[in-house]
Parts: sequence; C-alpha cells; structure tokens
Amino acid sequence: MNFNLTKTQELFRQMIHEFAEKEVKPLAAEIDEQERFPEETVKKMAKLGIFGIPVPKEYGGAGGDNIMYSIAVEELSRCCATTGVIVSAHTSLCMVPVLEFGTEEQKRKYLPKLASGEWIGAFGLTEPNAGTDSSAQQTTAVLDGNEWVLNGNKIFITNAGQAGLYVIIAMTDKSQGNRGISAFLVEADTLGFSVGKQELKMGIRGSSTAELIFDNCRIPKENLLGQVGRGFRIAMKTLDGGRIGIAAQALGIAQGALDETVKYTKERKQFGRAIAKFQNTQFQMADLQTKIEAARLLVRSAAFKKDEAIKNDRIAYSADSAMAKLYASEVAMEVTTKAVQFHGGYGYTREYPVERMMRDAKITEFYEGTSEVQRMVIAGNLFGKI
Amino acid sequence: MKILVCIKQVPDTTEIRIDPVTKTLVREGVPSIMNPDDKGGLELALRFKDKFGAEVTVITMGPSQADLILREAFAMGADRAILLTDRKFAGADTLATSNALAGAAKTLDWDLIITGRQAIDGDTAQVGPEMAEHLNIPQISYVAGLDYDGKTFTVKKQTEEGYQILQFEGKGLLTVLAPAFKSRYMSVGGIVDAYDREVEVWGADKVDLDESKLGLKGSPTKVVKSFAKELKQPGVIHEVDAEQAVELIISKLKEKHII
Repeated sequence: MNFNLTKTQELFRQMIHEFAEKEVKPLAAEIDEQERFPEETVKKMAKLGIFGIPVPKEYGGAGGDNIMYSIAVEELSRCCATTGVIVSAHTSLCMVPVLEFGTEEQKRKYLPKLASGEWIGAFGLTEPNAGTDSSAQQTTAVLDGNEWVLNGNKIFITNAGQAGLYVIIAMTDKSQGNRGISAFLVEADTLGFSVGKQELKMGIRGSSTAELIFDNCRIPKENLLGQVGRGFRIAMKTLDGGRIGIAAQALGIAQGALDETVKYTKERKQFGRAIAKFQNTQFQMADLQTKIEAARLLVRSAAFKKDEAIKNDRIAYSADSAMAKLYASEVAMEVTTKAVQFHGGYGYTREYPVERMMRDAKITEFYEGTSEVQRMVIAGNLFGKI
Repeated sequence: MKILVCIKQVPDTTEIRIDPVTKTLVREGVPSIMNPDDKGGLELALRFKDKFGAEVTVITMGPSQADLILREAFAMGADRAILLTDRKFAGADTLATSNALAGAAKTLDWDLIITGRQAIDGDTAQVGPEMAEHLNIPQISYVAGLDYDGKTFTVKKQTEEGYQILQFEGKGLLTVLAPAFKSRYMSVGGIVDAYDREVEVWGADKVDLDESKLGLKGSPTKVVKSFAKELKQPGVIHEVDAEQAVELIISKLKEKHII
C-alpha cells in the first residue's frame, strides 16, 4: 500500500495548484457576485487539457487518471467551487459516460471535442418530479423511423446553455419501470431542444444551472447511448463516478476555507494577541484539518478504485464514492460554517471569501445525490438484500 | 532552428531562511523550482517552437534531483532534455559551471543558446555571458523581446535607461528576463508523458573539456566569509521647506565627509 502520489500525479498537482492560485482565485469573488460563467477560465483550462484528464490520448484526451482528475477538481474548488463544478459535471457526467458506454463511432465523434474543451458537456437526469426518485422519469423518447423523438423537461442542469453535448436520460417504455429508461446524446443545436430559465442560486453562482426543454426534439437513432432499457443503470454508474468529483469539490472548498482561516487567525488580534494563539482556535482547527485529511483519503481511495475498475470491471466503487461524497460534503459544510465563525463579523461580509465558500459548500450535500441517497447506497452495500 | 536552453534548479527563495548560526541557507523543507529567469528563457524558446517549429533542448547541471525541472520542461513542450550530473561537476562556481555547460554545448547542434539572466539563489548573472565567451559567439544579456525574420534576430535588450534594439545573424547567446516572457503552464498531456520520456544523463566524460576546468578544481572563487546583512536603521523624516531641506542635506553630506 502506498499513500504517495506518483511523480506524474505530483507534477500535475503542482501545475493545477499554481493555475488555480494565479488564474482562478482572482476571479472567484467577481463571478460569484455577477453570477457570470467564467468563459475566460474555461478557455485557459481547455488549452491546458484540463477538460480531458481521464480520457485516453487516442480520443484526444490527456491520458491521465481519476486521481489526477480528483486533484484537479479539489485544487480548482479550493479557490473557486464554480470552476470546480464546471470541470466535474463536464468530465464525470458527460465525457466519461460517452467513454464508458459509447460506441466506437460515438467516442470518435464526441470525445475529441469534449476532451479538448471545444465543447463542454452536461447531463440531464433530474426532472421536476424525479429528484431523489430518479426512476420517475417523465421525459419520453420514442423511436420514429431513424430518429428518436424526445419530449419533456429536465431541471437544475449544470453547464446548461454552455454545453455542446448533453447526456439525456428518458423513458422509452414506461411499462418496464427502471428497465424502460434509456440514455441519449443530444447536441446543443438540435431542433426542438432549448434551454430554459437560469436558476438564481445561493452558491456556485458562476456556474450555469438551467432547465432543458425537449419539444419534439429529433435526434439520430445512433445517438442512443448504450442499449435500450439500460439508461437507468448508465445514470447510476455515471453518478458513482460523478460523486468522486463532487466529493473532491467539497474537499477543495473545505481546504480553501481552512487555509483562509489559518491566514486570518494569524493576522487578527484580539485581547492583545493573534487569535491563532488561543488554544480554542488551535484545537478546533486541528480537528477540522484532521477531518479534511480523512475526507481526502476517502476521495483519493474512491478515485483509485475507479481507476482499478477501468482495468477490472469486477471492482465496485459505488459505496466508496458515496462515502467520499457523504463525508467530504458534510465536512465542507462544517469547516466553512466554522470558518465564518472564526472570521466573526468580517466573515459575514463579502470582503472575505469564507461566506462564499459556506454558500458554495451547501450544494455538495445534495447534488448528484443527497446525503440521504449516499446513506442509502452505503447501506445497500452493507446489508445487501434484506 | 535548434535552440539550447540552459535551466537551473534552485530553492524557492520566497520560502527561504538563513541559519542564524552557520549563516547558510536552510534548504530542508524548501521546495525546489525551475529558476524563474530560466523558465522565461524556456518560454521564449517554446514560442519559437510554436512560431517557427524550432527544436528545443533543455540542459541542466546538478544532482539527480534536478531531473524534476527537466520533466517540467518536457511537460511545457521541450523536445529533448539533458542532465549533466557527475561528482566531477560538484562544487562548481560560475566559471566551472559555464565551462561544463559550454563543453556540453560544443558536442550539440544548435543555432541559439538561451539562458536566464541570473539564478535566484546566486544572483551572479555570470554563467550565460561566460558560456558565450567560451563558445566565442555573440551575446546579448537582459533580453526582453525577440523577433526573427528567417535570417536576422532582432533583440530588445533592457537597460537601466530603457531599451536597446539590437540585431544579429548566425549563432548567438541570449540571457532572458522572466517578466518579459510569462511562462506557460505544463499541459496535462505533457505531464502524463513527462516521466515516460528519456532524460539523457551525461557524465563529465561526455563534456568536451579538461577535467581541471570542472567542479571544485575549476573554481577560482573562494568564499572567505558569509554573514547576514544587518538591518538598516529606519530613515528619519524631516518636515521642512525646500530651503531648509537643501541646508539639511548639505550638512548631512558634510557630516559623512561626502562633500
């Protein structure tokens, strides 16, 4: 057992850390304030290959692994959770399902565009009446000659309106329940497809979150992803991987908030000395850093297992990624809340980044599965069929 | 076009401390980085690669750990990397270092050599110019801009007063200022490949030079004493009018026997 990063992973960590500090951090407050999608950062990330980390080179990717991908989301989110989720949703929820479930033709067609960042990707599963109960899909897909015709709405879709490709889950045979659900690839400029209103959010305000509308949207028959009736499984497998990304995002937010608090408590003087010198500060912060490190180990372990699962499909990692996300997101909420407390009144103002981090942290407890769903996954793995 | 870029691994001096007893650098726990001016030089070379298809070779002299900056150079886009490492190179001052690098350069094919202006650990700014002397080629230091029309290099050289625009043809050596060439990040694909590529490790036998000119033997510099700089007294502000100010300055200068 080796807990060290490989030389390649370490070199990557240094690069992405520097990139986040120099290119991402300076924009974080502004894009939050203006609720603005950071196009300039997206272009820079595309140029460096950050949108294609775990995709093999033969499909235009960087040929990296999931540990590197998780480090990327962590380091970006340490400075700006919006930037982290843009990469996470693109990679885990769109590019990876194409890689894992796509035909050779689909991979050749879409992966080079996605991995290069020419297109970013999005994923549509959630509907107004299908949140945690994601099997209650009302969006339908009907085969009509050589085309699938999609009708329905998806909500809360990350990267909506910015993406070039959408992985869409829809009902193809309601009588079959979960086995009547299929997955599709929808290009952004398809007739009958449109993006609805942007959500005004509490956190990750620079990221695009909107509704997707399918109104007799016709896509070629070959844009079915995987087999008919396997869409629910594809969605669940996709979320297993996605949760590693969100766990890494939560981890990054937590570390970012703690780093800011270390800096602040060393500078802030009360009763004649830096508040970092008070044992209460030290002990609380020691506990928080310990929890962050535990979260990091869970995230890295889940990412490691996902990499192993690519080589050996008998390796399961869904409980690992659920545990990583459950724990990291709750740690992020705890750390950011306490970070604001340590900053006192200043922490409640937008002069300091911790209030943004606290708002950003909350989403990690419910997107890509609420904490309750994570507990269901973990318990399901623990008990099996009862 | 072939460009040889000389780079050095240095301690990150923004995080450095001096041992108060030994007066030497505390290197433990201090990260090692590619010297910033050298990174600027590599960036300039890579821009010539992007624009003119130049082939970029990086070379460094140092211990085996210096491999790290060569991997970084690969990940930024360098084509070839050479590590000069040998006990015989150890203890080199700037002259012995420039001897070794020029000796290596003599065995390589290049049109242009680029070095950083100076390294942040020694701040001598000597190695590049010395190499040019050993190789008997023109040199331009403090380079802040470079153009090429297929035959002539046009160089923007920074001076204390401003800039000089200089031109040369044929082989030459430039020492480069980091702020003029904001270096690119390593690409993710470049990082993934960096450790699969070969860094050529050269010993003293590969260098075209007499061993007496290398390492400690070839280093005329002797460090007599090292000491920590005393902190200067803070200045005094006199709020006076112009005439009083002139009188004050004159009297202070006389006091110090300057006038």
